[in-house]
Amino acid sequence: MSERERPSARTYGVLAIPVAMLLIFFVIPFGIMVATSFYHRVPGAFYTPAFEFDNWQRLFQPVFLERALFSIGICLLAGFVCIVIAFPFTYFLTRMRRRPQVALLIVVLSALSLSEVIVAFSWYLLLGRASGISNILVWLGVMKEAVAYQPSFAAVLLGLCYIAFPYCVLTLYPQLTRLDPEITEAAQTLGASPWRTFWSVVVPIARPIIVAGFLLVFVFTLGSYIIAFFLGSPKHWTLSVFIADQASTNANVPFAAAMAIFLTVLSLIVVAVVGLIESRTRRLT
Amino acid sequence: MSVDVRGGLKLEGLVKRFGDVTAVAGIDLELPPGKLISFLGPSGCGKTTLLRMIAGLERPTEGRIFLDDEDITDRPAYTRDIGMVFQSLALFPHLHVAGNVGYGLRIRGAAKERISSRVDELLKLVSLEGMGDRRIQQLSGGQRQRVATARALALEPRLFLLDEPLSALDANLREQLQVELRLLQQQLGITTIIVTHDQREAMTMSDLVVVMNAGRIEQVGPPLEVYRQPGSPFVAGFIGRTNLLRGEAAGDGSVVVAGRPFDIAGEADHSGEVMLSIRPEAAQLVVETASERNVLPGTVVFVRDLGELFECFVDCGMEEPIIVAGSPRDWVPVQQGAQVAVRFPAEACVVVVP
Repeated sequence: MSERERPSARTYGVLAIPVAMLLIFFVIPFGIMVATSFYHRVPGAFYTPAFEFDNWQRLFQPVFLERALFSIGICLLAGFVCIVIAFPFTYFLTRMRRRPQVALLIVVLSALSLSEVIVAFSWYLLLGRASGISNILVWLGVMKEAVAYQPSFAAVLLGLCYIAFPYCVLTLYPQLTRLDPEITEAAQTLGASPWRTFWSVVVPIARPIIVAGFLLVFVFTLGSYIIAFFLGSPKHWTLSVFIADQASTNANVPFAAAMAIFLTVLSLIVVAVVGLIESRTRRLT
Repeated sequence: MSVDVRGGLKLEGLVKRFGDVTAVAGIDLELPPGKLISFLGPSGCGKTTLLRMIAGLERPTEGRIFLDDEDITDRPAYTRDIGMVFQSLALFPHLHVAGNVGYGLRIRGAAKERISSRVDELLKLVSLEGMGDRRIQQLSGGQRQRVATARALALEPRLFLLDEPLSALDANLREQLQVELRLLQQQLGITTIIVTHDQREAMTMSDLVVVMNAGRIEQVGPPLEVYRQPGSPFVAGFIGRTNLLRGEAAGDGSVVVAGRPFDIAGEADHSGEVMLSIRPEAAQLVVETASERNVLPGTVVFVRDLGELFECFVDCGMEEPIIVAGSPRDWVPVQQGAQVAVRFPAEACVVVVP
């Protein structure tokens, strides 16, 4: 590796802008939120500055802990489902010819232009009884009468995967494009069928990026609350739904802040654990 | 063909088109087992495509491929019993050296002990003993090349294919590895095809050179024969440097170039317009001459002394300046601008038909 140049004052100057942005739009609001989590809530009004642990104590009730675990569980599952679908999809996408590749990529990425509300509401309709896809199945004679597929756990999972899928593809795409096609060809000349090549070469080489895509989906879906709210019954609600509910409906901002921080810390722990497992097992191969 | 000699390859009417582009335009070739054959040609001549078809990585548009009289055209790469070294080397970055070399054996489901003993054997073969637990990223270019070679030979393939395997290395290392690869090939007696655009590489290593241009074979022969008896102006120009003189066959066995008679070696049944190819080291610089036969007068336009070689560029009124090369020891000092004559000895004049 070549010797690195000492960063000049100009380099720091360029860095100043993003650092300032991060400070103003992330660190300070987060600090305010931490402070707010200790404020005193005034029922029927708003809140007053204070330093009390009521909000945090309330958080450690079984119902919220159970919701937190449920949130982490369903989002990990969404990450898993997304990767299982997005990884082969993106791999074969990068092996396609230029023209269909770009066309398909545009279709996938255009889903990004839909807001979460629209996605949630569309699936709400599609999975509902009145105008949902089961009506088509009835019309085709596959089913006797229309049924509702939501609210349900599967519907929430589907919605979460739907909104996270394009991001997952976007994370995987640059790395997989750079995968030298000669590497898979080398595996084939050494006797590996395309299936073996995929598992013994492509997946292991792409492991770091698979983990990155998985974590991205996890963190991303953990912050989503509209999907779970629309497509699930209260027992399928994630902690994010409760945060939104407390903040906007109940006007209990201090408690919402405490929950938000709790969720952030939990997700950081999960990310750290997954990252640790990844680096540990990589050293063994 | 006897049964015990493996690795005889026969190509019949191979054609490969990519859309409107014809990369390989009809190749018929029979390659003897146990030899090292090089596919030599400029970039884009179809040599790599041809190699990839032999490896099974490209499907021929037309034609058949036979390995030891068995038609392997429709067999996928992973059942072909072929070892290949890629231009990028294509080592597996997630595996150690031993993991790379033993990959093929592991895919075949060989036992652990068998794999590790075979890997040791192969690493010894390519002088990388004890390096099995190194990471690929820790290796030098030459070492990586050796790992790729060991990996390709691990399954004792019938054919060993190399696609410009040394192109990423610097000149000295390249020459060293050319010799190493050639010795290894002779030791193993494995049929080997190497694709290259470097004529020195082809001449260093091969038993047989296949010169290709624009998707077709221009000439096939032992390196020295191809060098001395180029079959076309393209081959003459591509295999080493040459002086090409355009002339007219006189009918009496000689060729007339710029109004001067040239005696030529070999058969003399040419007619019409021909080209004479004379290697720079065969041409001679003469200051004065009485004879007009095999001589062209000219002006020295450039002189250079390369230490091991002295070169003189002489403008004789041809399309290109004539290059005369010789050892500095027996060199007559000439100045730029001097009036000289260049003599082309009859035995060095090779007729190539345009």
